[in-house]
Amino acid sequence: MASRRVKITFPEVLVGRPLVYNLGSMFEIITSIRRADVGPETGWVILELQGEEEELNKAITWALEQGVRVDPIAGDVIEG
Amino acid sequence: MAFASALHCRECGREYPIEPNYVCDFCFGPLEVTYDYDAIQKSTSREKISSGPMDMWRYADFLPASAESAVNLGTGMTPLLKADNLGKELGLNNLWIKNDAVNPTYSFKDRVVSVAATKALEFGFETLACASTGNLAGSVAAHGAKSGMNTIVFIPADLEYGKVIGASVYGPTLVTVNGSYDDVNRLCSELADNNPWAVVNINMRPYYSEGSKTLAYEVAEQLGWRAPDHVVSPLASGSLFTKIWKGFNEFAKMGLIDEVTTTMHGAQAVGCSPIAKAYEAGVMHAKPEVPDTVAKSLGIGNPADAFYVLKILKETGGAAVAVPENEVGEGMILLAQTEGIFGETAAGVVISALKRQAEAGVFDPDETVVAYITGNGLKTQEVVADSVKPINIEANLESFEAKVDIPS
Repeated sequence: MASRRVKITFPEVLVGRPLVYNLGSMFEIITSIRRADVGPETGWVILELQGEEEELNKAITWALEQGVRVDPIAGDVIEG
Repeated sequence: MAFASALHCRECGREYPIEPNYVCDFCFGPLEVTYDYDAIQKSTSREKISSGPMDMWRYADFLPASAESAVNLGTGMTPLLKADNLGKELGLNNLWIKNDAVNPTYSFKDRVVSVAATKALEFGFETLACASTGNLAGSVAAHGAKSGMNTIVFIPADLEYGKVIGASVYGPTLVTVNGSYDDVNRLCSELADNNPWAVVNINMRPYYSEGSKTLAYEVAEQLGWRAPDHVVSPLASGSLFTKIWKGFNEFAKMGLIDEVTTTMHGAQAVGCSPIAKAYEAGVMHAKPEVPDTVAKSLGIGNPADAFYVLKILKETGGAAVAVPENEVGEGMILLAQTEGIFGETAAGVVISALKRQAEAGVFDPDETVVAYITGNGLKTQEVVADSVKPINIEANLESFEAKVDIPS
């Protein structure tokens, strides 16, 4: 089983949506929240996603299509 | 010898052995090096440091890698210059410029990469890697060449050709990646997790970032063993800023300087200013954004250390300043035409932020202010191309006298 450690950042319009729940129910993946800070205007969740590589890719693509940001937990690794 | 004793999580405090690791298994917080400060205190002194090599490795007691095997291009001990002309312009009597544009590959990245490359060899890695749009690529390629390691540098496929040469000349494997900035970022992060490479700013990050502390040590030593009243530093990932603060405080902890009362100021360009926006909004987490700035070396839209920068700003009473894009080139020109220093776009951001803070009355005129210049202007000449205004004359004296006003 593959694993991805990601940070999902929500814009205001998506804060109220059960995105993490949907990731786990719509795709064959396990979600494990490690840290989070969600407020009325914005929020972020750091979590581990586990599953087959193809399923992880589909889940992340779906999340991006919903309008959230999905970033590596290392942040931006391309430096000037 | 190195006095690094462990890695610890900056969020939950859990400890880990000194290994190529950058994230806490429990909370996914970033890891940082822990030192045996009692042992450092017994080993270090002003005299020992002053009689050390004329480069950053004179501070080896405070670095997590061994000086004896250092991958060293002669980085550090760059000039700290009293900026009287610029100071006069800004009403500052004690303004200093730390000119780190004169390092071996012309940016401060040589400090962090020197530590990362040394540690990579200690760990037994054979390949040094990074993803970069400029300064980091050149530095990693140069240190890879010096150390004999294989070197892989990833760059976005649409990067300007001129910037590619600064890395390719050292002979790395250069991989250009198609896709958006975020796509390239995600790919590089995955590659780092799945290959036996020392990726300087990912699995080597806890060690790599410690190299920036030498920018504080040098300034403290060059000022006569004291920390300045104010620092103005560029902000990209935030690592440099937090390590400058850490460096001053480590020197104080070891009794090498008095207690640190420095106010820390950070500078970003408006086109990529997530930390400045969070500061303005009074929140502790920066909202990621897609970089769109001429200051490419500061173009990190999702800065890993934003939270820690914001904490230091709060603690020291400093500010994060977002400089309008048109002021980036103006800052570069102001520095060049007052102090004779040609810094890159990040320097323009710092000088314009310094100017804004000075005009706002943030500094007392007699306070010691240090502005950090972290890269060379020859790398970003296009931003100040408008400053080229030659007077064209015919090859005779009449033409010269008719067209050129000679300053009396």
